[in-house]
Formats: sequence, C-alpha cells, structure tokens
Amino acid sequence: MARIITFSEAIKEAMQLAMRKDENVILMGEDVAGGAEVDHLQDDEAWGGVMGVTGGLVQEFGRDRVLDTPIAEAGYIGAAVTNAATGMRPVAELMFNDFIGSCLDEVMNQGAKLRYMFGGKAKVPLTIRTMHGAGFRAAAQHSQSLYGMFTAIPGIKVVVPSTPYDAKGLLLAAIEDDDPVVFFEDKTLYNVNGEVPEGYYTVPLGQGEIKRPGNELTIVGIGKQVQTALEAAEQLTAKGIDAEVVDPRSLSPLDESIILDSVMKTGRLVIVDEANPRCNVATDIAALVADKGFDYLDAPIKRVTAPHCPVPFSPALEDIYLPSAEKILKVVSEMIEDDTTVTM
Amino acid sequence: MEKTKELQQVEEQFQTFQILDEEGKVVNEEAMPELSDDELKELMTRMVYTRIWDQRAISLNRQGRLGFYAPVAGQEASMIGSQYALEKQDWILPGYRDIPQIHYHGVPLDQAFLWSRGHFKGGQMPEGVRVMMPQIIIGAQITQTAGVAMGLKKNKEDAVAITYTGDGGASQGDFYEGMNFAGAFNSPAIFVVQNNRFAISVPVEQQSAAKTIAQKAVAAGIHGVQVDGMDLLAVYAVTKEARQRGLDGNGPTLIETLTYRYGPHTMAGDDPTRYRTSEEDDEWEKKDPLVRFRKFLEDKNLWSEEDEDKVVEQAKEDIKAAIKKADSVPKQKVTDLIEIMGEELPVNLQEQMEEYKEKESK
Repeated sequence: MARIITFSEAIKEAMQLAMRKDENVILMGEDVAGGAEVDHLQDDEAWGGVMGVTGGLVQEFGRDRVLDTPIAEAGYIGAAVTNAATGMRPVAELMFNDFIGSCLDEVMNQGAKLRYMFGGKAKVPLTIRTMHGAGFRAAAQHSQSLYGMFTAIPGIKVVVPSTPYDAKGLLLAAIEDDDPVVFFEDKTLYNVNGEVPEGYYTVPLGQGEIKRPGNELTIVGIGKQVQTALEAAEQLTAKGIDAEVVDPRSLSPLDESIILDSVMKTGRLVIVDEANPRCNVATDIAALVADKGFDYLDAPIKRVTAPHCPVPFSPALEDIYLPSAEKILKVVSEMIEDDTTVTM
Repeated sequence: MEKTKELQQVEEQFQTFQILDEEGKVVNEEAMPELSDDELKELMTRMVYTRIWDQRAISLNRQGRLGFYAPVAGQEASMIGSQYALEKQDWILPGYRDIPQIHYHGVPLDQAFLWSRGHFKGGQMPEGVRVMMPQIIIGAQITQTAGVAMGLKKNKEDAVAITYTGDGGASQGDFYEGMNFAGAFNSPAIFVVQNNRFAISVPVEQQSAAKTIAQKAVAAGIHGVQVDGMDLLAVYAVTKEARQRGLDGNGPTLIETLTYRYGPHTMAGDDPTRYRTSEEDDEWEKKDPLVRFRKFLEDKNLWSEEDEDKVVEQAKEDIKAAIKKADSVPKQKVTDLIEIMGEELPVNLQEQMEEYKEKESK
C-alpha cells in the first residue's frame, strides 16, 4: 500500500528533497527554523515555523540554509528576489498571504519584472510559499485567499495545490522553475492525509487534473475548494447528476484546455473559489469559457464564492462565509431548473 | 525641536570625512589612499568624461533622442570615487541616476543609451558584468542588496554588493529593513546614500529629524560614515575601507556622501529654480569635484589643459559612436516583449504572440 502522509509533511518533504539535490536551495522567512540562535534552545529544539511545516529542516541543513529573518517582509522578500537573481534558489516563506501588503513592491515590481527588464536574460528562481484560506478562525487579516491578485501579474507563476500528492510535486516543480512562483498552502489542509510517493517527482506547472470524471456538469475548484466540489459531486450523484471535478492546480499558467474540454463534454460550468467574488479566479475562468467555449454551454456559468466582505472572526459566520457543497447544489439546481433535458 | 544631550552626542559623532579641501589641498594626509599617478589621472579622466557625457545626454534628451535621463553633474566624485574602489566580482545595485558607475563596471555606453530608451536590449547585461538593472522604485535596491550580499557570503566569494540611493531613499522603510537584514546576517554590503540635498524638490532638512543620514546606521547596528561627496579621494577611501570591512566579516557599511546635483532631478520636467536658490547653487559649485581634483593634479604636474581637451574630444567621439550604434539596433516589436517573458510561453501568451506576429507581418 502506498504511503499516506499529510499535506504539511508532503510540503516539508519537497523542501527536504530539493535542498538535498541542490546546495543553492535555501529557506528563509519569519520563524522558519523557529528559535534561531536562542541560547537555551539547541537546533534540535527549533520547531520549524508557526505551523511546524519546516520543522526538522534546520537540524538537517543548518542555520546557513534555514534562515530566520527579521520580521520585515519587504526586507527579506526583497532580499530573496535578488538572492535568486544572482545564483541562489531561495524558498521564502511569507507566513500569511495577507502580509503581501507589506512587500507587494518586491514581488510585483521586482521579482515579476526582472526577467523582462533584463531583456529576457535574468532568471529569478524564487519560490514564495504562503498560507491562505479561511476556516481557521484567524480573522480578516490572516484568512484571505489572494492568489487572484498574483494571477493578474505577468511574470509570476501561481500554484494552489489541493492534495498532498500535488503539493509535493508542484512545490518541487516550483523550486526547479527559473521564474518566481507563489505557492499557496491552505492552512486548513495541512492535516489532510493522502498518498504520496517517497521519491523525487514533479507535477508540471500549468497542467490541471480531472479529480473526478463526469459527463453532465463541470465543477472547477481552486485549492481546498476542490474538496468541496468533490463532496458536492458525490451528493449530485445521488440526485442523478454526473459531475466532473477539475482542479487547475496552477492558476498561472492556467491549463485552459482541460477546462474547455470538460465544458465541451458537459455543457455546464460551476466554479468554486473561496476568494471574494470581484476580479477573482472564478471570474477569470468564467470569462475564459464565455470567450472560448460559449457554444458548448447549455446553461449560464455559475460561480460559488465568498461574499464581497472580509472573512468574519465569528466561527458561525465564517462557516457561512465559505463555499460549501450545499451552496454548490443550490446553484446547480438553478442551472438545471430551466433545462428540460435534465431532471433533478 | 530641542534635542537632548544624549541625542546630540550621537549626532556629533558623524563628522564629514574629507581628504581634499575645496582648493585641492590635502587636509588629511594620513588618510591619503595609495593610488599611482596613472590611477589618479584615470580618475580625473573618468570625471571629465562623465561630465561631458552628462551634457550630451541632456542635449540628446531635449532632442528626443534619449528616453529617461537623470542628470549627474555635481555627483561625479561620489559616483566615480566609490565605483573605483570596487573589483569586477563585486555586484552593483544602482539607482536610476547611477549610470556612470555601471558603465565603469562594464556596461557599454550604447547599452546605457538603449536602457535609457526602454529598449529590451538595454537590459541584457553583458556576460560577467555584475550589475542589476538601475532601480526605478525608490529604495527597493536596498533590501535587494542585502539579498545579494547574503548569497556572496554563503558562497564564500571574495566580493561585496554595493547599492546607491539618494537622500530621499533613506526615508523609505526598505532602507532600514535592508540595512538591518544585512547587519543581522553580517553580510558584505555597502549602502551608499548620495545626499544631493533634495528628494526632487523636498530639502533634506524636511525629510527627517536626523542631523545626518549616516547616523541611521546606528539603529541597524552597522558602521556609518559621512563623507564629503565632492571629494573623490575621500569617497574612494571610505568605500575601499567599507569593502574590506565586508570581506573581513565585519559587516555592512552605510556611506553618506554629501553632494549636489546641478541639474534637475530628471529630464521629465522638474525645474530646480523653483525649489533651490541660485545662492545655494553657487555655494555648491565652489565645492565642485572636478575643480578641486584638477587643482590637486595640477599641483602635482599630473594634469594639463591638453590632457583635459583630449578627454573631452574622446568623450564626444565615443558618445557619437555609441548613439550611432544604439540607433542601428532594430526597433523593438511587441512580439520581442512577449518573447522575453519566459523560456516557455504559456498558452495565453502563445496566442497573443500569434496575433501580434500577424499584425507585424503586414
């Protein structure tokens, strides 16, 4: 039987394998070693970040390669950009994606544009790992899903894994990549288990995956919402609707054909994205299908997203705020109501 | 603001370091750097060359033949003196005004002109030339320098990373974060602040309550020095020392050069007569870096009018040839710009590439 590990362990394993393979891969960020140079702590006591994802790595690779930086996002993300451009392959951890406000220039104006501004000659092999997602009771400034913002910026690749297997393979691909990649980790997925091979493998950036085949409806999920989509698909089976679940895995580059091919087959599209609804990835995918796949559609495209307001701190409200299988079923029933070819 | 005695004591530690006074006389004999006569002449050559280049660039800009340009006259000693203290393996992270330094670090003139015009070939640095793109975002190069220096240290290279910003850049949060980061990792970084007294139009006194910019190093726990930025030898000496400090594992240095730009902030439209007085201009012109270094060399019989004329002629010829070379580079197309977005283009860019190829073929 294949080995089962958590999403968090899969991510750590990817970093470990990348660091063993390439001396130039270093980790940097706030608390990534955890307990740096504290007198009463030895290296083997360092805990590896607020969620423990990097735990154990400083013990194996030492303080020269697992760097606890000052709490200054502009400082260390800025440093990581040119550290990458001058020969290293840093993996910088932006603890929460919400902190991008403190270092957007370093990502948007610097990392994303260096290759272009050097006339195509510079490489910026930088990976920024960052936590996103609601459902952790972490309130408005630690719970957002901001991958859409980065997807809008040319020169950056954006990855949002939904399973431990994908997380490991995509992170290794991201670290190998010569362009800046922002790698989004949903903090509520860290303890999710899945089959993950032990060795080194990559999942190519820009290649989506059908997580569940089906013929009558396409549900595209982003990150954790792939799980919500799968849950909805199960419930739809009971209602006699055969849904296909598509996971783009990378948002930039985006595997357009896997989405278009699916919609061509099913004629219906629901996109599940827990980000706020304006100018988010669901909107972008809806536009893609309206533009290139309009003729395939038998029903209007539907989006299931958070409302246009910050993530609530109240647990009860936060649960209502997030997309759910129930919300997906509701829009599906609306789509199918007027369609005489299907009964529900 | 009435400053406490303690604060005054800190600020008074930062006195301006000088070797040559305004008359070209050595006032600090023991600090004189070891430079041969040929090297001294080379330094003068570079300053004269840079001033001619600046005049030509301004004129080319007015003719619409150069894109972006930030004048450098007045800052030659600060620029040339600091770059001369570097070795080829050192990295320079310039600001947009720091084109002379990157030229003398290996970027050809014609390439500098292409950069100024926004041509993508202007960004294609020659192999082995360790220069980042001139930074446009104020202060962003400072944290980046910390990152480069950290890499140099990790790879045990015999090299430092140096960056340049202006007095305005020293107000940015990035300024502190970059110095602090480099200090925390004890990296071989040099942060040069060319204090030319104005952030576009805002005088340095209005930008901070600090008496000097050099003293800001104290907060980051790194070395800080204020130097007469019109004195080439002084700038050279402190940069050389800072470089050695970095290589010796004794951490980064902040260098504040007191200088002045005679021209506008950029050629994009600010008018310095609106925010500076002619008295202040006159006062600073008396400190001119070329005048004082020329006197110094003349006293040593190392420089003559003939030498000067030769450099001026050479500069004019080189600039003419470089502009001609830049003009001969084919105009860039949208497809060129799409092409340089990555080694492999994603599907959306491939589609756009096809679209523009078709348009461009018509």
